[in-house]
Amino acid sequence: MPDTHTEGSPIADQRAPDGPIESRWDRRRFSARLVNPANRRNRSVIVVGTGLAGGAAAATLGELGYQVKSFCYQDSPRRAHSIAAQGGINAAKNYRNDGDSVHRLFYDTVKGGDFRSRESNVHRLAQISVEIIDQCVAQGVPFAREYGGLLDTRSFGGAQVSRTFYARGQTGQQLLLGAYQALERQIAAGRVEMHARTEMLDLIVVDGRARGIVVRDLVTGAVSSHFADAVVLATGGYGNVFHLSTNAKGCNTTAIWRAHRRGALFANPCFTQIHPTCIPISGDHQSKLTLMSESLRNDGRVWVPRDAHDTRAPNDIPEDERDYFLERMYPSFGNLVPRDIASRAAKNISDEKRGVYLDFSDAIKRLGALAVEQRYGNLFEMYQRITGDDPYKTPMRIYPAVHYTMGGLWVDYDLRSTIPGLYVIGEANFSDHGANRLGASALMQGLADGYFVLPGVIGDYLADAPFEAVDDSHPAVADTLSEVRGRVTTLLAVNGDRTVESFHRELGRLMWDECGMERDEAGLRKALERIPELRAEFWQRVKVPGTGERLNQELEKAGRVADFFELAELMCIDALHRAESCGGHFRTESQTPDGEALRDDANYAYVAAWEYTGVGQPPVLHKEELAFEHVTPSTRSYS
Amino acid sequence: MKLTLRIWRQSSATGRLVDYELEDLSPDMSFLEMLDVLNERLITAGDDPVAFDHDCREGICGMCGLMINGMAHGPEKATTACQLHLRHFKDGDVITVEPWRAEPFPVVRDLVVDRSAFDRIVAAGGYISVPAGSAPDAHATPVPKPDADTAFEAAACIGCGACVAACPNGSGMLFTAAKATHLGVLPQGQPERYSRARDMVAEHDASGFGGCTNAGECTPACPKGIPLTTIARLNADLLRGHTIRSDR
Amino acid sequence: MDTIGLYRTTIGKKAVMAVTGAALLLFVIAHMIGNLAVFSGADAIDGYGRFLREINVVWPMRIGLLGCIALHFLAAYQLTAKARKARGKYEHRRRVQGSYAARTMRWGGVIIALFVVYHLLDLTVGWLNPHGVSGEIYANVVADFQHWYVVLAYTLAVVALGFHIRHGVWSATQTLGITTSRVIGLGVAVVICAGFLSVPFAVFTGLVS
Repeated sequence: MPDTHTEGSPIADQRAPDGPIESRWDRRRFSARLVNPANRRNRSVIVVGTGLAGGAAAATLGELGYQVKSFCYQDSPRRAHSIAAQGGINAAKNYRNDGDSVHRLFYDTVKGGDFRSRESNVHRLAQISVEIIDQCVAQGVPFAREYGGLLDTRSFGGAQVSRTFYARGQTGQQLLLGAYQALERQIAAGRVEMHARTEMLDLIVVDGRARGIVVRDLVTGAVSSHFADAVVLATGGYGNVFHLSTNAKGCNTTAIWRAHRRGALFANPCFTQIHPTCIPISGDHQSKLTLMSESLRNDGRVWVPRDAHDTRAPNDIPEDERDYFLERMYPSFGNLVPRDIASRAAKNISDEKRGVYLDFSDAIKRLGALAVEQRYGNLFEMYQRITGDDPYKTPMRIYPAVHYTMGGLWVDYDLRSTIPGLYVIGEANFSDHGANRLGASALMQGLADGYFVLPGVIGDYLADAPFEAVDDSHPAVADTLSEVRGRVTTLLAVNGDRTVESFHRELGRLMWDECGMERDEAGLRKALERIPELRAEFWQRVKVPGTGERLNQELEKAGRVADFFELAELMCIDALHRAESCGGHFRTESQTPDGEALRDDANYAYVAAWEYTGVGQPPVLHKEELAFEHVTPSTRSYS
Repeated sequence: MKLTLRIWRQSSATGRLVDYELEDLSPDMSFLEMLDVLNERLITAGDDPVAFDHDCREGICGMCGLMINGMAHGPEKATTACQLHLRHFKDGDVITVEPWRAEPFPVVRDLVVDRSAFDRIVAAGGYISVPAGSAPDAHATPVPKPDADTAFEAAACIGCGACVAACPNGSGMLFTAAKATHLGVLPQGQPERYSRARDMVAEHDASGFGGCTNAGECTPACPKGIPLTTIARLNADLLRGHTIRSDR
Repeated sequence: MDTIGLYRTTIGKKAVMAVTGAALLLFVIAHMIGNLAVFSGADAIDGYGRFLREINVVWPMRIGLLGCIALHFLAAYQLTAKARKARGKYEHRRRVQGSYAARTMRWGGVIIALFVVYHLLDLTVGWLNPHGVSGEIYANVVADFQHWYVVLAYTLAVVALGFHIRHGVWSATQTLGITTSRVIGLGVAVVICAGFLSVPFAVFTGLVS
């Protein structure tokens, strides 16, 4: 029996229809109950988060006629971190006639996820991908176009078909603005009530149903409750548990973590994705990492100095003293191996203190500087702005960085969590990417959930609404409110001698070292020992200046980091229990003779859904077995 | 390197500039990372840290916005404050940092301002009305590449408010025009083109922004370089929207 | 057509300024060309003045111009008041990066307006003219520009007008929805300045006497 957790009863997705996979979504939509259009204005929904998933969901539910309340911590719903996605969005349109199909996108996504996702969900995602592009174009999203006026697509992340639609390097921004504009239209129409600069701090559960949230107005500091018939969390991923990541500074786990504490199971928390081509850390002051599109690897060559202690400038290192390690280790894929493999190889090598370089000198010789500028000019500019180096003359330095979290709250086919009335969409849930997400699939999933999946099935739950009215005097609500207020007071009262930032930095460093790209039992156990110590120290020594009755950014940060401390422990427990390697989760104990990830389908072909039992208490593991009827699990090979 | 910061501190109706000396700064730091360092020091000393808006720190969310030495987002062209690095300053420099200032952008605290007026302008008409599910196939309407490029160039606006902060009239016309241009040049945006211009400009004016006098301060301050031609386009749409197209 | 609704917007007010500005500019160009008759002698310019009165364009023109000036000024005043309220008051503000001409539109306009008053009292009514005889345009002009301070006053005013036109031409086209090159405004301004200034300097240097 493991010492870090206990095992409970298995869990199963009760809502996915069986039968032919192609018609499951149709059948589910048909079997789901509907709410009469005239009754929808008497049904209310809270949507937390305004990224691609949350913005699209709030707008669409408003269009359908529901009464929606939308929340975001930023000053405007347009700033959610979906805006920073660069590369593109996949869709099985097959406009290129290059052999793409819904089934191929489905197949690629299940395989890319290293066979740790649900076939039903992924197939639905592939089907809906087609409608997303239609919707976004109609909204005015300025996708790249050919001279004939039709949409341009490109191949992305090693895919063999060109199914990625893009808007220069700002696809996420343009898609988000489309959703934001649709949301603003509903706000103007009075169907969505917007609460910006408002952070969800807890979930209100009444008689087993999610009935509302407790929020803090970040400007006035007021803690208050909001009620609805259903609550939708679209609050993104938890990559900032690592302190440094490509996430925005404000990205946090609080909403989903608080829901987890209220009873929602948390699935596969250890599945995190690391992106190989980020701009490296320049010093202790570093506050975040900036990603550069992986398209750079199409023409750039990755190398390290042969001598681990070589301190010369990259241009001074002669050709025969450079190790083009990706080309050496993976001769057939070379520099284009998938993200997880490139990241791991690069980190292993640069842990030895060598710089990892992405070199365009061959490409400039072969194509000319002008052609390179046309393809990568904006990325080169960004690199130069941040580092001060000119990539046309000096090889770029790169470093891997945490980028996306595949894990999240457990949801069924309807995207409903284990708490009735609590839905989780976008990166905040665990549903579609398995153990590894393919490039250009995050935007697809966020919009699929927000525009189509959730609005298509939420009626099934809301058909039973409206539920009995509750207010602050209800014991469950009063308890939740006082817990939140108590927590704010406690954080302010500690008045210790260490800043929140210093704790976050230390936790992040620990997670990066022990639960980052490579994990092993000894390291994870070390982290599991250290995290509770650090957490205890946090509550004794943290210093949060000011008061809770006004804008207090340190207080906001403190609450988020406090939740990261609890999540970090669960991530390590999950990583420790999953003694196989799969996708973004690499256990050094489980690798092939040539150092590649070794999956263990016999023992680990399941979703690990964790139940909360208390801070520092062993969580309960519920397994959801995964069945593969349409895609046969195979080993990913790139050598 | 060593810098002296003169930062606007405001916790009530009025504020003032306060001087801070910072030493041992790295030229590789971003401007916001320098503020992080200052805040760590202030917190440790038991003082209130400087409140400033920021989020993505990669120049795309539009949340950060500082008037640095009297220039929106500081001295570098096409660069947001979060991507401005200290290597562009000299050792020993004195740098004044103020919030965006304009009637429709009231200061919330220190360097944080309320830009919700921008959301209201978009809500007034900065969209194409197309409920989810009602769209035709994406290839049903080809868009000439030059139009798609013009739309993209205008759509690159990040809504940071630098145009307003830099404008001698406190006008939000570049922001408004960027959205009107983005949607107005696309075939999908034609049905609402003139009502969009009318409604957005009406909301712009009602929010307390000044009128555009073509002073041309906004485009150089814009981190995305939204061109002034967008304003000409909005003007044309508005004039037509009130005259020959007043029925639409 | 919704003229009132249009005027209520800031862009509508700018459009009124653009249209009235264009009308005033046309007048200024015609005025400048008329002035050049000085170089053909007293008979030419005095005859030109008589001709304008005989065809009865003077008073309709004056009324039209007055209307344009009133609207131009009213819109400018309202826009300035709104801008004053809207713009931020910075402790430290870097000098505006735009052109000098763009920055001085408002005060330049006021200077031009004051000059016009003086100019009317000088050469139209004749009160401030050393010669001051109605209808004797040539003699009035020659009497005026013997004095350096009169030449200076006219020069300053014409240069202010040049700046106003330089930005005004570009700004008006932009307001009416056409983006033109700023060089056009500069070209118009230079021609107008040269045309107007040729008269006082010709008199002052004795070329015309």
